[in-house]
Amino acid sequence: MSTSRIASALLPGLGHVMAGRGFTGVALLLSWLTLLAVAALGWPRIAAIGETGSLDDWIAVVALVLTLALVWGWAQWSLRRQQAGGTIGESQWRIAGRRLRRDPLALIGIAVIALLYLVAVLAPLIAPYDPIAQENIVETSYLAPSLSHPLGTDQFGRDVLSRMIYGARISLAIALIAVAIAISLGTLIGAIAGYLGGWVDAALMRFTDMVLAFPRLVLLIMIVALFSSSLTLIILVLGLTQWPATARLVRGEVLSLREREFIQAANALGMSRRRIVLRHLIPNVLAPVIVAATLGIGNTIVLEAGLSFLGLGLQPPTPSWGNLVSDGRQNLIGAWWVATFPGLAIVVSVLAFNLVGDGLRDALDPRLRS
Amino acid sequence: MSDSARRPHDAAPAAHDTPAREASAREPLLSVRDLHTYFDTDAGTARAVDGVSFEIGRGEVLGIVGESGCGKSVTSLSIMRLIPQPPGRILTESSIRFRDEELTTASDKRMREIRGNDIAMIFQEPMTSLNPVFTIGDQIAEALRLHKGMKKKQAREEAVEVLRLVGVPDPERRVDSYPHELSGGQRQRVMIGIALCCEPDLLIADEPTTALDVTIQAQILELLLELRDRLGMSIMLITHDLGVVAEVCDRVAVMYAGEIVEQGDVRQIFQQPRHPYTEGLLLSVPKLGEKTDRLASIPGVVPAPTDWPVGCRFHDRCPYGWELCVREHPDLFPTGDGRVSRCWLEKHPERREQSPGYRPIGAGEEVETAAPAAGTTPAPAGEAGPRSAQRGSR
Repeated sequence: MSTSRIASALLPGLGHVMAGRGFTGVALLLSWLTLLAVAALGWPRIAAIGETGSLDDWIAVVALVLTLALVWGWAQWSLRRQQAGGTIGESQWRIAGRRLRRDPLALIGIAVIALLYLVAVLAPLIAPYDPIAQENIVETSYLAPSLSHPLGTDQFGRDVLSRMIYGARISLAIALIAVAIAISLGTLIGAIAGYLGGWVDAALMRFTDMVLAFPRLVLLIMIVALFSSSLTLIILVLGLTQWPATARLVRGEVLSLREREFIQAANALGMSRRRIVLRHLIPNVLAPVIVAATLGIGNTIVLEAGLSFLGLGLQPPTPSWGNLVSDGRQNLIGAWWVATFPGLAIVVSVLAFNLVGDGLRDALDPRLRS
Repeated sequence: MSDSARRPHDAAPAAHDTPAREASAREPLLSVRDLHTYFDTDAGTARAVDGVSFEIGRGEVLGIVGESGCGKSVTSLSIMRLIPQPPGRILTESSIRFRDEELTTASDKRMREIRGNDIAMIFQEPMTSLNPVFTIGDQIAEALRLHKGMKKKQAREEAVEVLRLVGVPDPERRVDSYPHELSGGQRQRVMIGIALCCEPDLLIADEPTTALDVTIQAQILELLLELRDRLGMSIMLITHDLGVVAEVCDRVAVMYAGEIVEQGDVRQIFQQPRHPYTEGLLLSVPKLGEKTDRLASIPGVVPAPTDWPVGCRFHDRCPYGWELCVREHPDLFPTGDGRVSRCWLEKHPERREQSPGYRPIGAGEEVETAAPAAGTTPAPAGEAGPRSAQRGSR
C-alpha cells in the first residue's frame, strides 16, 4: 500500500493531493472537513438524540454518518482505481463524467446542488433556531439581519435562515420525489409504447397527449382545491402530471433504438420482450432522460414555489421556499429580507440544476464524442 | 420453339427443389420448404421471399448468395421468426422444419428457447450489434445465464473461456471492456462468442464479414470453420461475396428476386455455372493472375419486390433471354449433375450457343437485344422488349 493510500485513509483528499490530483483532492478535503465541522457543532444535539430526538433528528444523524462514509469510501475507491491504471472497462457514463469534469459551470452547479441537499438533510443539526416556534413576537418580529439572526426574522419573530434551511428540505424533497415519479413512469410508458408499437403505442400515446393537453396549473389548482393540501398530495400531483414529456422523449429514442442491430441480436438470442425493454432499451435511453430529469427538478422547484406562493401549496407554518416568499410579500419594503433570501435560494437552486442539466447534455451527447 | 417447353412442368415443384445429391443419405438439420414471406407495404405486397426451399445437413456450410434485396436476409429472419408482423407475414403453405419441429407454427415461448440455444445468429454490423452500455463479459454472461441457467460468477468465468475460444487476446482483462473499446474484428469475434456460447446446432451468419477489412475477414471465416469442426454445428452463411462462398461453403444456393435460381455443390457451380445470373455474378469478379481490361457486369437492377416480372424474374437482365422467358416462369430444373437451375436453358440448351453472353462493362449498353428475339412470336402485350417492359411497369 502506497503512502498516498494511507494518507487518504486517514484524511480523504490528502492522498489525491499527494498523487497529483489537486482539484479532486481539495474538493474532497473541503467536504470532509465541512462534514466534521457540522458534526462537531451539532454535537450537543447528536449526543442528546437518544432521549429527545425526533424522526427529523434521526434522519439528519443517519444522513451525516452516511455522507461521511460515502466521502471516505469514494476517496479510497477512486485512488485505488487510479493506481490500478488501465483503460479497459471505461463505460460511457465514465467517459461522460470525465467530460463533465472539464465543464466549470456544471461543476459549480453540482457543488451548489450537493450543498443544498446536504443542508436539507442535515437541517436539524445546522439550523440555529426552531423554524416554527414563535417567541416574543413584539420583541423579535421583523428584526433586520444581524449576528444572532443572520438573515433577520419574519413577522412572527421566526429566524429566516432556519426557516430557509427547513424550507430547502421541503422544496428540494418535493422536486426530487416528484421528478423521480415522473421519470420512472414516463420512461416505462415511453419504452413500452415505442417497443411494442401497434395499438399499444397508439393507446398509450393518445393517453399521453391527453394528459399533456391538460393545462397543468389549472389541474393542480383544481386538485388542491378539491382535496386538502398535503405534502404527499403535492408530490403526487406534480409527479403524475409531468411524465408525458419524458414518455414522448423516451418513445422517440426507443423507436430509433429498436431498429439497431443489438436489439435484433437480443431477439435472436431468444430474450423476452420484458428483458429487452428493461435491460437493453431503457439503459440506452437513460442519457437524455437524466438531462430531462435534471432540468425538470429546476422546473418543479419553481412550480412548487409558485403554488405555495398562491397559497395552494403546503399550508403555513410549514416552511417551503414558496411560503417564505409569500410571507415576506406583505412587508416587502419594511422587511425586504424576509422575501429576498428565500427568493434567492429558489433562483440559485434552479440555476444550479439548469447548469448541471446543460453540462450533462453536452457531456452525454454522443455526437460530441470523439 | 418446341411445344414441350411451353407446357407447365410435369412433376411437382418440390421434387425439383431437392438437390438429388446425398440429400437422402442423411437427415437434414434444417429443411425449408416453399417459404413465402410477404410484406404488405403502401406500394403493394412485397414478395420478398417467394417459394424458397433448401436443406442444411449436420455439419454442413450452406452459402446463400445474391444481390441486395434478393431476399437473403428475410429468409434467415423468417427461420428465426424475427420478421416483424405486421407488415410481414409468412404464408401458411411455408414450412420450416428444424430437427423434428415445425418452426412456422411453434409458440413464441418455444421460439425464444430455440433462438440462441439451438439456432444462433450473427449480424453484419459488429459496430452496432453489441449493447453499448454493458461490458462484453456481461453480454456473454447474459446469454449463458438465460439459456444455461448459470450463476453470475460461473457465467463470468465461462465468458472468459468463450473469449479465449474466439481468439480475443487477453480475455481475463478484455472481459471487462465495453464494445466501444474494441476494434471491429474483435467485436465480431465477441458476437460470434455470444452466438456460440450456448452451442447451437445451427449458426446463421448474415454477412458476417462484410463490414470488416480483408485480412480480418479471412481470420473470422477461419474462426467460423474451426468452431464448426470443434462444435459440430451447421452454418448458413449469407453473403454477396463469392470469394467468401468459395472459401468456406460446401453447398451454395444462389438467390435472385425472392427465389433460389441455382443450387448445388460449390465447386461445380464455380467451375460451370448453369444459371445465367450465377454466370454473371462469377464473371463480375476479377480473377487473380488473369489480365482483363474490363469485367463483365449484369446490366440493370433487381426489380422491385412488389412487382416481380411475370415470366422468369431475371429475363430483363439476362443476355440469353427470349420470349418464352418473358411469358413463363421456369421451375427449378435438375441439371443432371446433382444441381438445380431455374432457367429455360436447361430445356433449350441450344439457346446458349446462339447468344454472345455477357459483355464487359461499357462494351455495349443495350444488352438485352443481344438475344435474338424469336421472330415468329411477337412479345406479349405489345411491349417492345423485356427490359423496356420492366421499365414501363415501374
